[in-house]
Amino acid sequence: MADAFAAYDAGGISDAAAVERTLAGEREAYRVLVERHSAYVYRVAYRMTGNSHDAEEVVQEAFLRAYQKLQQFAGNANFGTWVYRIAANYAIDRLRQKKNEDARREVPSRAAEGESESDPLEKLKDTAPSPERLAGNAQLAKKMQDALDTLTPAERTAIVMRHWDGCAIEEIAAVLKSNSSAAKNTVFRAVQKLRLALRPFAEGRGAARAVGTES
Amino acid sequence: MKHTTEEELFAYREGEMKGRQAIAAHLRECGECRAELERIDEVFQALDAMPVPDPGEEYGAKVWRQIRNRLPKHAPKRGANGWSAWFAPRRLVAVGIAAALLILAFYAGRKTGPSRGGEEIADAGKIRERVLVVAVGEHLGKSEMILMELSNAQPGDAGKKLINISTAQKRAEDLVEENRLYRQTALEGGDNAIASTLDELQRVLLDVANSPTELTPAQFESIQKRIAAQGILLKVRVVRQELRAEAAGNKSAPAQSDSTPKARNKV
Repeated sequence: MADAFAAYDAGGISDAAAVERTLAGEREAYRVLVERHSAYVYRVAYRMTGNSHDAEEVVQEAFLRAYQKLQQFAGNANFGTWVYRIAANYAIDRLRQKKNEDARREVPSRAAEGESESDPLEKLKDTAPSPERLAGNAQLAKKMQDALDTLTPAERTAIVMRHWDGCAIEEIAAVLKSNSSAAKNTVFRAVQKLRLALRPFAEGRGAARAVGTES
Repeated sequence: MKHTTEEELFAYREGEMKGRQAIAAHLRECGECRAELERIDEVFQALDAMPVPDPGEEYGAKVWRQIRNRLPKHAPKRGANGWSAWFAPRRLVAVGIAAALLILAFYAGRKTGPSRGGEEIADAGKIRERVLVVAVGEHLGKSEMILMELSNAQPGDAGKKLINISTAQKRAEDLVEENRLYRQTALEGGDNAIASTLDELQRVLLDVANSPTELTPAQFESIQKRIAAQGILLKVRVVRQELRAEAAGNKSAPAQSDSTPKARNKV
């Protein structure tokens, strides 16, 4: 089958053929995969990290790791899906590491100011701007970006994978290294937090019922 | 009357089957809970409003420059598992399409005759383009039908009943994987306009595929509005017409006349 592609330039070969050639020692064949899938991986990484600098690092690391693990690829549906998962795994590790570093830096200053640990949900309530400030899509997008920043790495990864990329709960559970039930709860928790963050905007449009209440 | 909890509504939106009928029955009667469900839906709409910067057409080449010297010196070696996962049932459709595309491209390549030196690469490009024209044309036709059906359906009286979109949803799910593949192929062939339309189509198909099976009239209208707001139906029609015209134009070309309808039908 490999001969069938002999007449094609490197950019024209399929992912499967590019993987085969890379495994056969043709290093340049990997370039095809990198060039073909980088933009998609970047979009995923950006949504997970929230900034271009970190997203670019995730993309590079994902392709480096994919190359190192290429022998394990075993035809995982397609290369795009596979490298996506590697990127998601790296992004969540990176988010967790960053969160821990931030927490270590914040603890002394918080103690000095006499602040207590607060639930992120409470934090969202406190910092929620007035509905007037949220008019228009740009402000809504900014508000959503801020809200996404308050999610835990697992929550952020879960909502990105579920909503934007349409991943199955089982796929999310695999990245989060948890079970389906826990992954489902993580997505729900993320939606709940985001919703709370957007509540002033929604209430401005007539929503009255409080989040999670029953009557 | 006991209202549904936020968690129950979220599970319902996610397509959870447990307690589904009871929640659906409650939603039929309770305007407050329907409004609550719509507010949960608004979170997902707000997520869609989040912009992601375009890394640019040369981004892939940039990434390659950044990592090529960091790759291990020795090539990775194939493991023992082989390619068995290609045959997982859920991936068979995409694999079938990929195989059909490759076979068609290869077959068309052979029929173009012996190599003509410098023209060979250009011919390969044309073959890829023709393959894409036919396959994407059919894919867009199927997508257009779903979008039209959803756009033209009557949501019914507000607050009266739930609308079942399971048929459209199933077809959208089937098209998502195809769409992803065609988008990659279009990008790879430098068809940025087609890739861009397929990118937008992907979002709409995912939106439909991930919606609850039963929608309130307001939720249904919300989907219709999102389809209308993105102008995706018009874009799909325009690209499809262009592809049709291109395919008709290619029919007179010798190479096109050699492409096999059988192989085309397989796609």
